[in-house]
Amino acid sequence: MRIAAIALILRVLALALALPAPALAADPAPAAQGLDATLLARLADTETDTRLGAISALGESADPQAARVLQALGDSRLRATADGRMLVDTGDGRAADAATGRAMDLPRNAEPVIVNNRLRRAIAGALAGSQLFAADPAVRRAAAQRLAREGDAGRLPLIGRALDAERDESVRASLQVAQASLELKSDRPQVRRHAVELLGRTDNAAFRPMLAALALPRPDGAYAEPDAGVREAAAAAVRRIDRHLATVEWMGNLFYGLSLGSILLLAALGLAITFGLMGVINMAHGELLMIGAYVAYLVQLAFRRMFPAWTDWYVIAALPAAFLVAAALGMALERTIIRWLYGRPLETLLATWGISLMLMQGVRSLFGAQNVEVANPSWMSGGFAVMNGLVLTYNRVAIIVFALLVVFFVWLLLNHTRLGLFVRAITQNRRMADCVGVPTGRVDMLAFGLGSGIAGLAGVALSQLGNVGPDLGRAYLVDSFMVVVLGGVGQLAGTVVAALGLGGINKFLEPYAGAVMAKITVLVLIILFVQKRPQGLFAPRGRSAE
Amino acid sequence: MKRRLVLKQLTAASLLAVSGWIPQAMAADTIKVGILHSLSGTMAISETSLKDVALMTIDEINAQGGVMGRKLEPVVVDPASNWPLFAEKARQLLSQDKVAVVFGCWTSVSRKSVLPVFKELNGLLFYPVQYEGEELEKNVFYTGAAPNQQAIPAVEYLMSEDGGGARRFVLLGTDYVYPRTTNKILRAFLHSKGVQDADIKEIYTPFGHSDYQTIVADIKQFAAGGRTAVVSTINGDSNVPFYKELGNAGLKATDVPVVAFSVGEEELRGVDTRPLVGHLAAWNYFESIKNPVNDAFIGKWKAYAKARNLPNADTAVTNDPMEATYIGIHMWKQAVEQAGTTDVDKVVAAMGGQRFDAPDGFTVEMDKTNHHLHKPVYIGEINGDGQFNIVWKTKGPVRAQPWSPYIPGNEGKQGL
Repeated sequence: MRIAAIALILRVLALALALPAPALAADPAPAAQGLDATLLARLADTETDTRLGAISALGESADPQAARVLQALGDSRLRATADGRMLVDTGDGRAADAATGRAMDLPRNAEPVIVNNRLRRAIAGALAGSQLFAADPAVRRAAAQRLAREGDAGRLPLIGRALDAERDESVRASLQVAQASLELKSDRPQVRRHAVELLGRTDNAAFRPMLAALALPRPDGAYAEPDAGVREAAAAAVRRIDRHLATVEWMGNLFYGLSLGSILLLAALGLAITFGLMGVINMAHGELLMIGAYVAYLVQLAFRRMFPAWTDWYVIAALPAAFLVAAALGMALERTIIRWLYGRPLETLLATWGISLMLMQGVRSLFGAQNVEVANPSWMSGGFAVMNGLVLTYNRVAIIVFALLVVFFVWLLLNHTRLGLFVRAITQNRRMADCVGVPTGRVDMLAFGLGSGIAGLAGVALSQLGNVGPDLGRAYLVDSFMVVVLGGVGQLAGTVVAALGLGGINKFLEPYAGAVMAKITVLVLIILFVQKRPQGLFAPRGRSAE
Repeated sequence: MKRRLVLKQLTAASLLAVSGWIPQAMAADTIKVGILHSLSGTMAISETSLKDVALMTIDEINAQGGVMGRKLEPVVVDPASNWPLFAEKARQLLSQDKVAVVFGCWTSVSRKSVLPVFKELNGLLFYPVQYEGEELEKNVFYTGAAPNQQAIPAVEYLMSEDGGGARRFVLLGTDYVYPRTTNKILRAFLHSKGVQDADIKEIYTPFGHSDYQTIVADIKQFAAGGRTAVVSTINGDSNVPFYKELGNAGLKATDVPVVAFSVGEEELRGVDTRPLVGHLAAWNYFESIKNPVNDAFIGKWKAYAKARNLPNADTAVTNDPMEATYIGIHMWKQAVEQAGTTDVDKVVAAMGGQRFDAPDGFTVEMDKTNHHLHKPVYIGEINGDGQFNIVWKTKGPVRAQPWSPYIPGNEGKQGL
C-alpha cells in the first residue's frame, strides 16, 4: 500500500518537474512562503511511517529548499529544537532555518534528527526524481542508477522525459538501462525483448536474477515469460553476464594478488637487505614497520593541529619522516647491539627479539594498548570501477605503485651507487672487502639503516590498509621471513618474485578454499618447496655467500 | 613458533608486573578480587578497558565503605591473549592469591580454558561479554548477552521492513568457537524463517586477518542476487581492515547493511567512521543511551580515565562489556552482603534474583535459575562520531536462553 502511495506521489512529482516554468508558480506551496513547518516537524516523528510520508511529501515539493532539507536529513545535519523548529546545521555553529533557509546561530539545545537505513533509502529515492535534472552529470547518472535498482514502474514516464532532455552520452546510457529494467514488465513482447537484450549488454550482475527469472522455468515447469523469443534472449543475456562475471572474478583475483604481493614485498624488502644481504636475523623488523606506522599517525596529528588545510597530504610528509626515524633507530640498534653479535645468529636472534619486546611495550606505554586512528586521505579513499563489477580501491593501487617505486630505488641504490657496490662486496666476501679498504663497519651501519628505513616506509603504507597498534609488526614478521627465504637469501629479484607469487597464489586459492585453508596451503607449499630447494628461488652467487 | 610466542608473552607479562601493574599488598583485613583480562596481545584492544572499569568500580565500592565493612583489594594479572595462560593465571588467582571472586575473560575460547580450573577449585567467575550460549556452569555468572539477547533480535531486525527486509545473509566471522556456534544457531533460525541454504553464505577468517579484498568482492557478488545483509562475528582488531575495505569498495549500508556483534564504541576508536555510517551493531547497552544512571556512569568513567591518566583519556568511551563488568561487580557485592560471607556456594545461592539499576535504563535482574541477566536489547547504527544512534530496542529486559531452542537436543534444558 505504502509503496503504491509513494509511487503515486513520485509520479505527481515527475509531472510537476516536467512542466514548463510557469506551471511551477501555480504549485500550491510556492517557494516564497517557505516550507510547511508542521510537515517538517513530522520528519522527527517517532513513527517511521509518518516520517516516510513527510519525506515523500517533501520530495514532491517543487521548492528547492525541500531538496536541501532532505539532503541535510540524509547527511544527519538536520537538527530539531525543543520547541519543534527544524534547522539545517551548516557547520561552525551556524544553521539555516529549514522552512525558510534564513541563516542563524545554531542553538545549544538543538538535537540531531536521527535517520535509519530505510529512511536513507527513501530520501535517496525521493531525491532521485529531481536529481535526474540536476546540473552535475555525475548526480544525474547516480539518480538514474538508483531508479534502475528500485524497479518502480511508475517512474517510466519520468525517465522518458529525462531521456528526451539528456545530452550527456553516459547519463543517457544509464537512463536507458533504468528504462529497460522497468520495461521488463511491459506487456509488449518486442519491448521486453529489447529490454532483455539491453540489460544483457550492461554486463551488470544486479540484473541477472531478473533475467534468470525470465529464462528459467518455475518449479512447476511453467515459464514466467510466455514468449519463447524473449526467453531465448534472456537466456543469452544470462550467459553473457555469467561470462562477464567469470572475467571479473579472474581480473579481481589478479588485482587482489598483486595488491597482497606488493604489501608482502614492502614488508619484506627491508628484511631482504638486513637478513638477505647482511645475514642479521632481525626479529625486531616487524617493530620497525610498527614505528613507521606510528610516525604516520604522529605526522597526521601534527598536520591536523598545524596545517588543517593540508591534512590530505600528510601521507607524503610521513614518508620521509618514517624513513628517517626508522633508519635512525636501526642505525642506533646496529651500533649499540647488533654490531657486537655479527656471526652469532642465535645471540642476534635473542637480542633483536628482546629489542622487539621493548619497542612494543614502549609504544604501548606511550600510546596505549588500543589501536590509533590513521585515516585514509580523501584522495586515497574510495575506488574506481575498471569494468562493471570490479572496483579497484585507490589505497591499494597507490600502494602497488609505491612498492614498485621503492623496489626501483633500492635496485638503483644497490647497483648504481658506491654504497651499493660496497654492500655487494661485503655480501660476497667480507674479509676480502675489508682488506681492500671497504669501511665495513660504516657500510654495515648504513645498510642496516637503509633496511630499517625501508621498513619504516612500509609501515606508512600498512597504516593505510589496516590497524595501527603496538602488535602491528608481529603479523608481518613471519610473512617477511617467508618471502625472503622463499626468494633466496641475498637476492632482490628473488624477493620481488616470491612476494608477488605468494600474494597471487594466496588470492587465487582463497575463493575456493577460504581464507584459513588458503593460508595453510601456502605454508605447506613453502615447506615442500624449501625441502626441495633450500637455497630459495634464486640461488645466491659468490663464494662465501653462506 | 608456539614456544617462542609463549616465552615472548611471558616476558611481556613479567615486564608488566615489574612496571607496577600489580598493586602492593594492602592491609590485612581486605577481600581480594581477581581481574583476569588480557593487557597485551591481540585482545588488548578490547580487554584493557574492562580491567580499568573493574578497578574504577572497586574504587567506587571502597569509597562507599567496601563490602561488609572490608575494603576490596584487586589482584590484576595479564594472561596476554594466550588461552592456556588464562588457565594458569586463573589457578594462580584462586589457589595462591585466594581471591573471593574473579572478573574476567573476553573470548569464548579463554572462558572455556579457565572453566575446568574454576570447577576444580570451586571458584567464582563473572564473565561480562556476549557469547554463543550452549553453556551453563554453577561457578560462572554471565553478565553479557546470550544469543537470544543479541544475535536473534538483530537478524529479526534485518529481516523487518525497517531493517531493510533482507532475504539473503552472509555470516562472516573469525574462525573459533563463538562465531561457529552463533552461525549454527543463526542458520537454524533462518531456516525456521524460510530462508534457504542457497541464500546463506558462511565465511571464516583467521584471528588478526587483515586482507578482506576477496571477501568484500564475494559479498558484493552475492548481494547482486537480492536484498542482502551481512552478520559479522569478526572479533578483535580485524574489524578495522574489514570496514575500511567495505567503505573503499563502495558497499553502502543502504545497500548491504552489516550488523556486528563484537564491535562497540571502544573498537571504533581506531576507525574513521564516516564511510561506515548506517552499519549496525546489536548490544544490550550503548554509550548514547540517555538516562541519569548512564550519564553518571559515563561521567564517572571519564573522570576516572582522566584522574588515572589512562592512554587517550580525552576520547574515553563506555561500551557494553564495560557496563556488564560494572553491573557484575555491584551484583556480587549485593549478593555477598545478603549472604553475609564471601563463601562461593552461599554467594552463588544469593545471586539469583539480585537487582541493579543499570546504565542501560532498566533495573536488570539476575535470573533465579540460569545465571544470566535479564537485559534489554538495542540495535544501533554507527554515526559519524564513532557513536551509535539507537534505531530499535526491546520494550524491556529479555530473559536469556543460554540453550538455544534452534539447536536440536536443547529442548527442555533450562536452568542448572
